[in-house]
Amino acid sequence: MTNVTMTVNGKSVSAPAEGRTLLVEYLRTGLGLTGTHVGCDTSQCGACVVHVDGRAVKSCTVFAMDVEGSDVRTIEGMANADGSLGVVQQAFQDHHGLQCGFCTPGMVMTTAALLAENPRPSEAEVRHGLEGNICRCTGYHNIVKAVLAASGQDADAIAAQ
Amino acid sequence: MPKDTGIGASTKRREDVRFLTGRGVYTDDLTMFGQAHAVMVRSTVAHGRIVSIDTAAVEAMPGVLAVFTGEDFKDVGGNPAGWLINSRDGTPMREPKRPVLAHGKVRHVGDAYAAVIAESYAQAKDAAQVLSDATVIEELPAIIDMKAAAADASNRVHDEIPDNICFDWGWIEDNRAAVDEAMKSAPHVVTLELTNNRLVPNAMEPRASIGEYFPGTGDYKLTTTSQNPHLTRLLVCAFVMGIPENKLQVVAPDVGGGFGSKIYHYGEEALVLAAAKRLGRPVRWTAERTESFLSDAHGRDHVTKIELGCTKQGDILAIRTETYANVGAYLSNFSTATPTFLHGTLMAGPYKVPHVYVNVKTVFTNTAPVDAYRGAGRPEATYSIERVVDKMCRELNLDPFEVRRRNLLTPDQFPYTTPVGLVYDTGNYQATLDKAVELADVAGFEARRAESARRGKLRGMGLSTWIEACGIAPSHLVGVLGARVGLYDAATVRVNATGTISVMTGAHSHGQGHETVFPQIVAEKLGIDASSVEIVHGDTAKIPFGMGSYGSRSLAVAGSAMDRAIDKIIAKGKKIAAHMLEAAEGDITFADGKFSVAGTDKAKTFGEIAFSAYVPHNYPLETLEPGLEETAFYDPANFTYPAGAYICEVEVDEGTGKVDVVSFTCADDFGNVMNPMIVEGQVHGGVGQGIGQAVLESTSYDENGQLLTGSYMDYAMPRADDVPFYTVDHSCATPCTHNPLGVKGCGEAGAIGSPPAVVNAVIDALHRGGHTHVSHIDMPVSPNRVWQAMNA
Repeated sequence: MTNVTMTVNGKSVSAPAEGRTLLVEYLRTGLGLTGTHVGCDTSQCGACVVHVDGRAVKSCTVFAMDVEGSDVRTIEGMANADGSLGVVQQAFQDHHGLQCGFCTPGMVMTTAALLAENPRPSEAEVRHGLEGNICRCTGYHNIVKAVLAASGQDADAIAAQ
Repeated sequence: MPKDTGIGASTKRREDVRFLTGRGVYTDDLTMFGQAHAVMVRSTVAHGRIVSIDTAAVEAMPGVLAVFTGEDFKDVGGNPAGWLINSRDGTPMREPKRPVLAHGKVRHVGDAYAAVIAESYAQAKDAAQVLSDATVIEELPAIIDMKAAAADASNRVHDEIPDNICFDWGWIEDNRAAVDEAMKSAPHVVTLELTNNRLVPNAMEPRASIGEYFPGTGDYKLTTTSQNPHLTRLLVCAFVMGIPENKLQVVAPDVGGGFGSKIYHYGEEALVLAAAKRLGRPVRWTAERTESFLSDAHGRDHVTKIELGCTKQGDILAIRTETYANVGAYLSNFSTATPTFLHGTLMAGPYKVPHVYVNVKTVFTNTAPVDAYRGAGRPEATYSIERVVDKMCRELNLDPFEVRRRNLLTPDQFPYTTPVGLVYDTGNYQATLDKAVELADVAGFEARRAESARRGKLRGMGLSTWIEACGIAPSHLVGVLGARVGLYDAATVRVNATGTISVMTGAHSHGQGHETVFPQIVAEKLGIDASSVEIVHGDTAKIPFGMGSYGSRSLAVAGSAMDRAIDKIIAKGKKIAAHMLEAAEGDITFADGKFSVAGTDKAKTFGEIAFSAYVPHNYPLETLEPGLEETAFYDPANFTYPAGAYICEVEVDEGTGKVDVVSFTCADDFGNVMNPMIVEGQVHGGVGQGIGQAVLESTSYDENGQLLTGSYMDYAMPRADDVPFYTVDHSCATPCTHNPLGVKGCGEAGAIGSPPAVVNAVIDALHRGGHTHVSHIDMPVSPNRVWQAMNA
């Protein structure tokens, strides 16, 4: 076990890790940031998505040591400074883009990264962009609407087309 | 302006805030002081005799604290089936013991026969692998195919069950001869053999359990991923471990989806409790995804032959089915009810069909147990009926819309007693069909088909008119039918001294939004702000009792219990108000949050009454107890019967056989709707799962019983780009006649009605493309299957 240091949600943090410790274990067990979830262990479901230096990464397939010194952002760091929901989070609530909530942190993180790259995606681009995140509750309808709304588009009108 | 609170408002969900900020608390998020980690050791063969388990090989490994095997649990009880089903000849079903850990034999890949407890998860996992290597299992031939299993007396999943048959059930056996006669004399008989594909539920949160034992009091606590903590407590206490019920607290905190798979009690729950007691430390276990694939109860897996007798004009005269239903290696808790009373009783569909007979043979195989999965028996019934009705239309060259209209029950026929034992209370199936036809723009289909054709795609349209029965009840009836439980629910409404309210409900929310919807109802009934109402659920120490959430029962059953408890609160409030206002109790009215003396301006607010109940200075203490808290148990008089019409359009790529679902329209009747946003979300989710079943999801065991689809690399879950936007409507509402809210279940509808609509659309596309020899393709309609069918 050695101490691994990185920046998480704007704060410098340090916690012990073995060589085999995954970033998601480091966040959940080492730092107590349990908002990042493990849904599959094989990089398929996306519940564990966080941002590493601004890029969406599946934290179940990254060793903590490999991102030492990086700037990591998790779902716990997505609200506004005053504690209110951020734009993406608010869009998910407004459009009922979550039910059980388990895939939600990964969905929000993937969406934020997607919109940073493509601020005004088409419906097809949203669906393609979310392909690495599995939701079993919503049938994706309201998630896609939430992402479109978070990009400032009229989600209801697009869904009705 | 739509209302934003109260009954019928699309109130935004309050629970979302914690989920969206990473502050939900799921079982695996909890850390217990001094906790140890359990890892299960699971069979890598489908069928085998355990020769030896060398526990000494791991006991000295770093961090290992304890090793459990089946031997440790051989003297405790088995995990029982919740329904006793009798065979056609009256003999009771065969119910082999389902142990906490396999003992003597392993019966499916993933069957846990040992568990290692260690200081860290990694140490437990390392040791579990070593123990697996140090175990000798004599492999036996795997029993995978149901019909072969039933025909082979020499190879047995359970040594004491010679033909691997659990039961051979007839419904309704006394009607069999009449149905046979009707079938014989029918002018036309349609026959269809089909498979309802096995599915893995795949709630996104894997199962997890934490056991705690408190030696000072002898109390146990189980924190677990459950849809019904009280049922889990009952099973652990009364059937498996013999713990008094008042010594075990079961908590189901935030639960990340269930879809049926978390109804059941699993052996890991008993294991962590036993381990916690032996070690004097909390013991936790969380499934990896592949463990979920191997050991969660699966769904569906029926092989059915359905025959439909009809006139040449398409009037349905009789339906007869023979189904083989896979129960897997052990009977999961509802596994015997799902293919019988949740399936056979629905086999008349929404139609006026005079003669129906259903035969179901349930078979043990060396596969994971199969149990209720979203819809549970009703999707299987609906798929069989709607596929055979579609085939009838093709054979007789009839219009599928017109044939439905000819056969659907009409509104004047309710209440309607079906030939398979249900009484439909109300409905308007024509209205939902008309609404679906309108919303799906059926009239414009030909233009869309031509446009698809220009892009080289075959376009087809499929219809299904479905009905389901949910909120199983009443208890005395289900008892006659073999249920070992009652199916009521309970609620306590606690008005606090300052007027805030806590509702302790027996329902459990794992995505359904009860924390938002139930307060909407309380607020509307009591004329108060919903924000002052809190829902408490998922903890046997806090709520009176509850049968949990499954079978689309939460609102219809637990919501009705809550409604009754609120009525008791109002009734007591009137007594308090009468005293305070110096009026006769009969003169007190309650509206808009105020108790008033009729015809006067004298009134007390709800808050004033609540305060008086807890500070009873001016209070009728001689005749009335202080406090304002009421409990109601509600046992429904009947099921609720939501119904609807679904229309699907698909495009088929003729070159590859790939199916794209391009539009999906739902017109549903859920009775009164409390929160349209949430109801629509439930339908979206159900349809997404139904499209998954129809197009993508295949659970595949090879002939040796190895699960070939044991991860998301191999099991095709629907993803965002596999589905379209859906059009959903619930405006054609006929309120349920027998519950106080007039509500019907909505949670499973989408998964029940959608698979046949998709497959009917695929067959339609192929026929329009000239492939008229294709009468059926089994689900999932994969490119391979569709291409093979087109090119057969």
